[in-house]
Amino acid sequence: MFESYEFLQHYWWFIISLLGAVLVFLLFVQGGQTLIYSIGKTDNERTMLVNTLGRKWEFTFTTLVTFGGAFFASFPLFYSTSFGGAYWVWMAILFAFIIQAISYEYRTKPDNFLGKRTFEAFLFINGALGTFLLGTAVATFFTGSDFLVDKNNITLITGDVSPVISRWTGPAHGLEAVLNFHNVSLGLAVFFLSRVLGLLYFENTIDQPEIAKRIKKQLLYNAIPFVAFFLTFVIWLLLRDGFAVNPETGEVYMEAYKYFFNLIEMPIVGIMFLLGVVLVLFGIGRSLFSDTCDKAIWPAGAGTVLTVLSLFLIAGYNNTAFYPSTNLSSSLTIFNSSSSPYTLKVMSYVSILVPFVAAYIVYAWRSVNNKKIDQDEMDNESHVY
Amino acid sequence: MIENVDISLVDWSRAQFALTAMYHWMFVPLTLGLAFIMAIMETIYVKTGNPEWKTITKFWMTLFGINFAIGVATGLILEFEFGTNWSNYSWFVGDIFGAPLAIEGIMAFFLESTFIAVMFFGWNKISKKFHLVSTWLVAFGANLSALWILVANGWMQFPTGMKFNPETARNEMENFWEVFLSPVAINKFLHTISSGYVLGSIFVLGISAWFLIRGRHKLLAKRSIIVASVFGLITSLFLVMTGDGSAYEVAQKQPMKLAAMEGLYEGQEGAGLVAVGALTPGKEYNDNKDAFLFKVEIPKMLSLLSYRDADAFVPGVKDIVEGYDYTNKNGVTTNDISAEEKIKKGKIAINALANFRKAKEAGNEAKAKEYRITLEENFQYFGYGYLNDPASIIPNVPLTFYSFHIMVALGFLFIALFAVALVFIYKNNLEKQKWFLWTALFSIPLAYIASQSGWIVAEEGRQPWVIQDILPTVAAVSQIDASSVQITFWLFAAIFTALLIAEIKILIRQIKIGPKDQEGGK
Ligand code: HDD
Ligand code: HEM
Ligand code: HEM
Repeated sequence: MFESYEFLQHYWWFIISLLGAVLVFLLFVQGGQTLIYSIGKTDNERTMLVNTLGRKWEFTFTTLVTFGGAFFASFPLFYSTSFGGAYWVWMAILFAFIIQAISYEYRTKPDNFLGKRTFEAFLFINGALGTFLLGTAVATFFTGSDFLVDKNNITLITGDVSPVISRWTGPAHGLEAVLNFHNVSLGLAVFFLSRVLGLLYFENTIDQPEIAKRIKKQLLYNAIPFVAFFLTFVIWLLLRDGFAVNPETGEVYMEAYKYFFNLIEMPIVGIMFLLGVVLVLFGIGRSLFSDTCDKAIWPAGAGTVLTVLSLFLIAGYNNTAFYPSTNLSSSLTIFNSSSSPYTLKVMSYVSILVPFVAAYIVYAWRSVNNKKIDQDEMDNESHVY
Repeated sequence: MIENVDISLVDWSRAQFALTAMYHWMFVPLTLGLAFIMAIMETIYVKTGNPEWKTITKFWMTLFGINFAIGVATGLILEFEFGTNWSNYSWFVGDIFGAPLAIEGIMAFFLESTFIAVMFFGWNKISKKFHLVSTWLVAFGANLSALWILVANGWMQFPTGMKFNPETARNEMENFWEVFLSPVAINKFLHTISSGYVLGSIFVLGISAWFLIRGRHKLLAKRSIIVASVFGLITSLFLVMTGDGSAYEVAQKQPMKLAAMEGLYEGQEGAGLVAVGALTPGKEYNDNKDAFLFKVEIPKMLSLLSYRDADAFVPGVKDIVEGYDYTNKNGVTTNDISAEEKIKKGKIAINALANFRKAKEAGNEAKAKEYRITLEENFQYFGYGYLNDPASIIPNVPLTFYSFHIMVALGFLFIALFAVALVFIYKNNLEKQKWFLWTALFSIPLAYIASQSGWIVAEEGRQPWVIQDILPTVAAVSQIDASSVQITFWLFAAIFTALLIAEIKILIRQIKIGPKDQEGGK
């Protein structure tokens, strides 16, 4: 099965897309972190909110790390070009995650040096900046960036140009992405989506009537901007010219309605996309209009995974450049940026572990989360954040 | 070095990597060691059913959690720094280096983070047995993540299992097992995890000693000391063994690093091992100054340890730079060409690559084939082509030398520490040995110093290489402004220092609070 190079490149783009999609779903932790003060009005309530998120933050974080590692292993030229070039965007994202990792554990510990409020601020910054910037960075998969890649540079040992194969041409090193409103619309959509998912997660795991009421109100406030920004992004995407690749020559050129055609030409992806959007909207609606439903996180979460997965797939499949450059010939495709067939094959055998990993995560999750969190548990648990 | 790279960019990038790696390494060894110690303690609890052991386990687990969180925070940045700061590196060797990093995520990090949640929140929710299994899985997961990252690092010290592909202008993996089972990687893994076990043991020993000094939680302290001393003594003996194994690998694969570790400028037959010594400041490799102000040597030991032959010739810094050809009295010859010649060959290789690619683009297959052969003949020295000065292949000798000797001296001291603790336990008068208890407490920082020194030896000693002989740091960096890296360097320094202070304050406070005897509550 792992014999054809082309198959392997498609397989690995699928895995990357899936990891990205799961990551966006798991950003409910980040979204939840931005709502601690709007949903929790007393200290006890906030403690409950922080603790229910605190049992899940590691999954989001580890998925981010694995997403990075898998991207490195399968498409090293992307890793090299994007991280080394869009330096400031990625650094900002990393800072936003570094400050999250200690905040749960340290927030309420006595003598914590920075104070409870600081750690709460860290959680908020992580939730707001992390989601927004990740969304903005991913939007450049469709809008392109200004960089040059030339593998011949590696041989430049004299002259003025350094032997670096990929370089950014603008001075802002990635921050220019936030000046493009199309990028920003995805950033904001991801931000509000993560808040919506955070709310649905709270609804699912916390047993407290006051909190439940506030969730409903906030859900409406966040769902509206989410839908608005998401539609802006998608409609714009379907109408814009896309970065197409000529499969014979590898040449990259602009093609009208490329992403729209990708959805049509890959009907399964198109259906996944539509189904995903419908599931997200259904989840939100279900929670808004039903007083008893507390499981809306599942359709909304599954919908998120499907939607994001299909967006990644139309960025990379069907002869499309997934990391385009305004200098067209430098654009990265799944063919010109991937690892060798041997490495992809080795990694593919490792990827067989993924379902096994997913299975023990589910098992462990259920064994600890078999009932909702309530005040009683907060008073009697030995490890409380 | 080549002139078209901004040296201050390279230096700031190195400084940033060193800073973030060393911060990460402040927390990782304790995670590695304490995880096993907790698991052993919990096993005793499950076996004996004695609730006192549960209290003990939970006390150390609290400290583990505090340390773990900051280990995760500092690890994230390291992974992405290969892209942000070493972008050429990421393309040039990403085909090989990326794989262990990805496998680490899939195999190890998920295992660890999933079962950590079970370990902390499962006490009242799952069976004793399942909980114990979770604790062991956390320990196992931590060590598995060490395995993969050290395979990656071992490969940088001794690149193997790969072949350069001029068409893609990068190195490609040819044999996964050669990368994974490389003797350098295996030794590195064993030595590094055992250093974590020793550090964890000293941590537990030292804090328990403090409880005894204060006369508090005596039962917890004594029991913890027994576990820590037994575990510590076994692992510290193993640490010396694997350290010897590491040095042997260095001698074979990185002779310049070995010369720097020992301050050996002029090669010798039957070379002695410096037990203690002070280097002459300002020594150049080719001046006639004596390398040492004073030294105490164990005769023939260096030759014996490096080549398993007391009379073997060990090349010094000068020999490696200037080239050597030596026949010892048993008629065994060792030789190598000079750095200058390697630089020439390296430039031939790089130019052949450039010409190969030009010929290919022009569609001239015959010419391309010729250049390809030239490239392959000289590829062994590819990285040297980015250097100009033969002396630039010498690492910082004093830093490497002193770090190495501090580490080794402390390694032997730690064995004594655990042995003495066991003697006092056996005689049942540990509590009265105030001097020993204080020594144990003050050994905690020493363990951290030994551990950091080890990495300085490994990483500083291989300068100027990122990938030994194939890629020097100058050719590995990203094209960004030195000032940008400088800003992120200071940001990391500030934030990590703040987090470190928070961590230490919280730890100290939790230690003062001591174990919670009753169930529940914060
Ligand atoms: C508690 C910490 C500790 C202690 C007491 C020792 N080591 Fe160590 N050493 C390490 C912690 C460490 C480390 C941090 O784990 C390193 C850094 C890189 C590595 O592979 O392991 C290391 C590296 C390292 C290297 C360099 C390997 C390389 O460059 O690839 C050598 C040759 C030794 N050690 C040898 C020894 C010997 C002979 C010791 C005698 C007792 C010793 N170490 C004690
Ligand atoms: C966590 C333990 C580690 C510590 C404390 C550590 C320490 C250091 C230090 C002090 C330097 C600076 C050397 C110099 O530039 O003079 C350095 C550089 C570097 N290390 Fe490590 N290191 C660690 C682990 C690793 C691992 C596991 C890898 C790779 C998998 C790695 C890769 C690098 C790279 C790429 C550089 C920059 C290039 C260079 O200067 O050689 N390090 N490290
Ligand atoms: C320079 C190379 C390194 C990189 C890129 C790196 C990367 C990371 C990352 C991303 C994490 C967080 C994982 C999570 O989400 O849970 C982490 C944690 C960890 N790393 Fe590293 N690491 C490096 C060096 C090392 C070394 C040398 C060791 C051990 C010998 C090590 C052992 C661990 C362990 C045990 C953890 C678990 C969390 C902890 O307690 O710190 N790492 N590392």
